[in-house]
Amino acid sequence: MIGRRGPQNGKRALEFPDVGESDEPLLVVENLHTSFRTGRGTVHAVDGVSLTVAAGTTLGIVGESGSGKTVLARSIMGLLPVRDVIKSGTVHFAGHDLTAMEPDQLREIWGAELSMIFQDPMTALNPVKRIGIQITESLRLHLDMDRKEADATAVELLRSVGIPSPEQRVRWYPFQLSGGMRQRVMIAIALACAPRLIMADEPTTGLDVTVQAQILDLLGKLQRERHMAVILVTHDLGVVADRADEIVVMYAGRVVERAPTRTLFAETHMPYTRALMESIPRLADPSGTRLQAIPGRPPDLIHPPKGCRFAPRCAFAQDKCRESDPPLRTAGSPDHLFACWFPLVHGTSTAPSASASASAAGDTTIDPGPVVQSP
Amino acid sequence: MSTVSAATAGGPPSASEDTVLSVDHLVVEFKSGRQRVHAVSDVSFQVRKGETLGLVGESGCGKSTTGRALVQVQPPTSGSVNYLGQDLSALSNRQLRKVRTKIQMIFQDPISSLNPRRRVKDIVAEPLVIWKRGTKDEKADKVRSMLEAVGIDPDTAGDRRPQEFSGGQCQRISIARALMAGPDLLICDEPVSALDVSVQAQILNLLADLKARFSLTMVFIAHDLAVVKNVSDRVAVMYLGKLVELAGSDDLYRSAAHPYTEALMASIPEPDPEQKSAHKALSGELPSPLNPPSGCRFRTRCPYAAPLCAEQEPLLREVAPGHQVACHFPLVGGKADTSAAPNPAD
Ligand SMILES: Nc1ncnc2c1ncn2[C@@H]1O[C@H](COP(=O)(O)OP(=O)(O)OP(=O)(O)O)[C@@H](O)[C@H]1O
Ligand SMILES: Nc1ncnc2c1ncn2[C@@H]1O[C@H](COP(=O)(O)OP(=O)(O)OP(=O)(O)O)[C@@H](O)[C@H]1O
Ligand code: SF4
Ligand code: SF4
Ligand SMILES: [Mg+2]
Ligand SMILES: [Mg+2]
Repeated sequence: MIGRRGPQNGKRALEFPDVGESDEPLLVVENLHTSFRTGRGTVHAVDGVSLTVAAGTTLGIVGESGSGKTVLARSIMGLLPVRDVIKSGTVHFAGHDLTAMEPDQLREIWGAELSMIFQDPMTALNPVKRIGIQITESLRLHLDMDRKEADATAVELLRSVGIPSPEQRVRWYPFQLSGGMRQRVMIAIALACAPRLIMADEPTTGLDVTVQAQILDLLGKLQRERHMAVILVTHDLGVVADRADEIVVMYAGRVVERAPTRTLFAETHMPYTRALMESIPRLADPSGTRLQAIPGRPPDLIHPPKGCRFAPRCAFAQDKCRESDPPLRTAGSPDHLFACWFPLVHGTSTAPSASASASAAGDTTIDPGPVVQSP
Repeated sequence: MSTVSAATAGGPPSASEDTVLSVDHLVVEFKSGRQRVHAVSDVSFQVRKGETLGLVGESGCGKSTTGRALVQVQPPTSGSVNYLGQDLSALSNRQLRKVRTKIQMIFQDPISSLNPRRRVKDIVAEPLVIWKRGTKDEKADKVRSMLEAVGIDPDTAGDRRPQEFSGGQCQRISIARALMAGPDLLICDEPVSALDVSVQAQILNLLADLKARFSLTMVFIAHDLAVVKNVSDRVAVMYLGKLVELAGSDDLYRSAAHPYTEALMASIPEPDPEQKSAHKALSGELPSPLNPPSGCRFRTRCPYAAPLCAEQEPLLREVAPGHQVACHFPLVGGKADTSAAPNPAD
């Protein structure tokens, strides 16, 4: 098995105290903004996102296509293009501010402390290199292993991600593998140096459901064995429902709801989160059940609408929603944040026009807690 | 009620009057060097007028090949496809072209299936141009009303090109194009697999509406059983080129009899954190269709496999009215009964 970086590694310039033991979260992202200058105008892809991830836990990031999930993931990693990008905010990983680091310092961390599994395994793997080489490269770079040791470790890693006959497969090229196997190889590469955080950007989108379940189970198992933290990015709430400890829901570049997984499902406050849940076909529903599709599309991120960005598609939108932007705040439990003027309470909207049935249902008031972040 | 026993032990297909499509002992093989890819192996099913038949199974099990054989884009190696009593493989090219206006197909990747250089209204008008239907004005009217039917604004969208649209909008455009020739039968090959969940829901609802509005019969192919079940009246489950179970959608969900169907159900991500325990992901990969396992093709991954499973191929047989399964030890109430008498059909 692969050990942690041992004392033999004298190259390491940065010290990484094991914050797993302390109360400090492993990752702290504060007020992150990322925009792109384009011919049409400035795209505000990530617009003031804050989140934390504790060591060994899983954070799910969920949102529709174009909501800014990948840009957020790349902004956290420090993997953004240099040109035409405007960024601000901080990312602290194990106490270090990644946003203040030089590229060569970041390169030292990528793979070793913090690694990423990309949305599309075919383009992320190098098509003309044998998969074994692609795994050993980072082992030799970060862990200072000699060739023989690295080769043996690569075989072990492929075995641990469930690839049969790994001794032969290390010599294969990516095109010789199925989509599911390629994603396993990506996981093996991401795991190679035993990082403390894995960023998985839609690791199973495009794979079929059986392979998806296998890959996610594998990731969960390795995470428990190695006490890794995982950020799991997906458009499908079903994927994170039983795998994430906490979920962040994104809409149009912003966090609109954030809560421990069970709380998010049991006490959904934001109409958008509810709408995402209801758009998924459930096996238990009779065939022919009409899906609660969200009408329309996410807004243009160059000229986002005034007020709540979800208002044009929200079934409960009021004048207030179209006028002013709801801040991210808490109510009741301090770890449940949401950005909505008329949150759902016990499944019923607190919006005035929706309150005919709501008042009959009784307790639907909500005491606003402190504002966590103003828009 | 019409029985669905076409595939049992080689008996003659019992096509009832309302059968639109009858697939009998369909085999499709591909040559790969000196070997043969057994993509579809002896598959039989019928589709009744006005129903949606779902076809589900994991990547590589032969769903698309079956779909392509239905429209004869992929000529079958053997077996037949009958559309309203006509054997499609016996038709001349001209006759086949005519039938094809009645059978249309839509594909998984909406963006690449549309010509990027053409304007949306020309793409949608294509079938009318090919079939030389209507005057210029009539064509333009038809394009407008069809775009409206699929939820695309003809005024703002008609002159734009596919790249300017999202995946969901491109899928709407390709659905509009498929409906232009006035088909009776629509074959949808993974029409929502590339879309995100909210757009997926929009397209599934749209297909249900269009089906009612244009009295369509549908074959709906996908790998996600929850999606397939939502739109289908009956579901056929495929595994490695074989049909392993066929039943009414709700019946299949309530009493899945094939261990593979059970595994497929377990792999669906349910948006409910309380459902944790239900997880039992299928282990291993789909075996190679170059050299399928002997006996039951699922035996290499089946938790209930017994020696008989390697020796004899389980034939599709009826376990309840309208519910067929190909397994020596079908599940009853969620459990395999390996002590049961083996498949009487063997
Ligand atoms: N390099 C770039 N230049 C300009 N705009 C960009 C760039 N990268 C991303 N964007 C825009 O930023 C927004 C967010 O994109 P992002 O890829 O993060 O979405 P996503 O949530 O990951 O979506 P998906 O589910 O489709 O992967 C989109 O509107 C996208 O067009
Ligand atoms: N033209 C071809 N030549 C050789 N083999 C082929 C050809 N087309 C398909 N196959 C093989 O036939 C089998 C069935 O493929 P098919 O595309 O029908 O599967 P599928 O169920 O549609 O899978 P997916 O979900 O990935 O679309 C696969 O093993 C595939 O590799
Ligand atoms: S603030 Fe208003 S428009 Fe926005 S989600 Fe809440 S109710 Fe809907
Ligand atoms: S025939 Fe045997 S191996 Fe095949 S599904 Fe049934 S029990 Fe499993
Ligand atoms: Mg993305
Ligand atoms: Mg296919």
